[in-house]
Amino acid sequence: MSPRASNVALTVVQLRYQLKIFWRTPVAAFFTLVLPLVMLVLFNALFGGGSVDTGQGEWPVRQFYTGALAAFAAVSATYTNLANTVPILRDEGILKRWRGTPLPPSVYVAGMVAMGVVVALIGVVVLLGIGVVAYDLELDAAKMPAAFVTFVVGVAAFAAMGMACAAVVPNARSAPAVANATILPLAFISNVFTPLEDPPGWLDAVGDFFPLKPFVTAFQDTLHPLTDAPAFAWGRLGWVALWGVAGAIVSVKKFRWEPSAEGASPRRRRRTPAS
Amino acid sequence: MPVIEIANLVKRYGELTAVNGVSLEINEGEVFALLGPNGAGKSTVVEILEGHRDRTSGDVSVLGLDPGKAGAEYRDQIGIVLQSSGIEDELSVLEALDVYGASYSTRRDPMEVLELVGLADRAQDRVSQLSGGQQRRIDLALGIIGTPKVLFLDEPTTGFDPSARRQSWELIDGLRDLGTTILLTTHYMDEAQHLADRVGVIVGGEIAVIGTPAELMDATGDTVVRFQVPHGANTDGLRPLGAVVEGIAVSCRTATPTKTLHELTSWALAQGVELFDLTVSRPSLEDVYLQLAVSDAQPSPAPDMPETRGQQ
Repeated sequence: MSPRASNVALTVVQLRYQLKIFWRTPVAAFFTLVLPLVMLVLFNALFGGGSVDTGQGEWPVRQFYTGALAAFAAVSATYTNLANTVPILRDEGILKRWRGTPLPPSVYVAGMVAMGVVVALIGVVVLLGIGVVAYDLELDAAKMPAAFVTFVVGVAAFAAMGMACAAVVPNARSAPAVANATILPLAFISNVFTPLEDPPGWLDAVGDFFPLKPFVTAFQDTLHPLTDAPAFAWGRLGWVALWGVAGAIVSVKKFRWEPSAEGASPRRRRRTPAS
Repeated sequence: MPVIEIANLVKRYGELTAVNGVSLEINEGEVFALLGPNGAGKSTVVEILEGHRDRTSGDVSVLGLDPGKAGAEYRDQIGIVLQSSGIEDELSVLEALDVYGASYSTRRDPMEVLELVGLADRAQDRVSQLSGGQQRRIDLALGIIGTPKVLFLDEPTTGFDPSARRQSWELIDGLRDLGTTILLTTHYMDEAQHLADRVGVIVGGEIAVIGTPAELMDATGDTVVRFQVPHGANTDGLRPLGAVVEGIAVSCRTATPTKTLHELTSWALAQGVELFDLTVSRPSLEDVYLQLAVSDAQPSPAPDMPETRGQQ
């Protein structure tokens, strides 16, 4: 009898297979990675000529979009991805099957979250790379630690919120609606799809309350040519982290391994669009 | 030595009592079949033992551990084949066995397990490409990948074609030979009769009867004599002998088959008629089961719908 594998080793195995599954689900890969790319190219073709001031000072719209959509890709890969995928796994009985194995539940969840984070990292690197190559984005080495920390805080928080969303939605059929209904309207008032120049005060307040705008803005600060290094936006990051903690508490308290009675579907599944 | 011990197990869902005082001991290396109509509580009992469900009251011990509190150490020693649960069908069959097997301390070689369940030639295929019956065999493979000491099989062959069922039976027989303790639920009487050392019939949340298949069949004590008489034969003389006449078909339940047979053949000789299709048989396990299940005024057992998975 060999000893059971360590939790770290098991997490690596889980991550490897979760990534494999992600890449073999073209629809998920498309919505998480390809769509932000398409949006970047389209938005820049349509509105990319001028410059914009979203609070940090004037900068070219095309660079604004690069940072905005990179941050949004990170949110799609964590929040939207997990909020869609986990309820499917639950209703398929896959979570219940895992619950019957010696794999510690925390390791299974860690593997799922790590998958989201790796996909987010790929999305951000690809989008920023395109920004540098095609849209004259200049990455300031002095601000990269802040960009990295912002990324880490953001994906951790949005992954926790994605797990919380997955825990509270009744079944896999309602998951995409809930995930999209929570993130898409916010994206319009959070400097993602449209730069906000002098928005109405209440819209500003709503945007600042929810975590998307603080995260996107904090991330853009690290790319903006006029912000000074090191460009840590601690206030915004703290607010995002608070949302993350709330998400983590909800997901720990409400997480279910059993399929929901009404959602227990035939064993076939086709993943629904992730965004 | 009992590996599974259940004493006065009760499970209530609000007003509904799903399991009402079940006590049961299953010994090491034993294959035990839990039979019962739909909703009788057999899956609830098994899910409590698997650690998937908590109990309202009663004592449960498997391998000396309480499944309600046990964690990885417990799950390392058991194998579970649930009635219906999905597999990540983006993975190949071999990959599924690899990732699910990773956390067991006593994992078997995945290819060896695929040989055992007859899927070695499908190892590289995606789970989604396999038929429903073949996916059920992956379920079995995942159940035994960790070399379990106790294996829980919830209706393991529902939806199988006859040859796949035969093959699964051989596999389960093979596991028994390796000393694995197996608790299975089934709707199929022939399955219980073929596989189980002992059978428990659970009706309305209670164990109605428990014993070896032979004991259960003996428990009714009776033997059934069946035959047919020619059209137009005078059967008046049969009724005093305890026979039931339905048209030309005659059946006679008896605790004393030798005596009954003698009386019936004497009657036939006296009447000058032949007893066609004469059989003397014990009631089948199915007769016993139906008698118990129906007498408790429970819904009669309905065979499960055939598995629909894999049929797009």
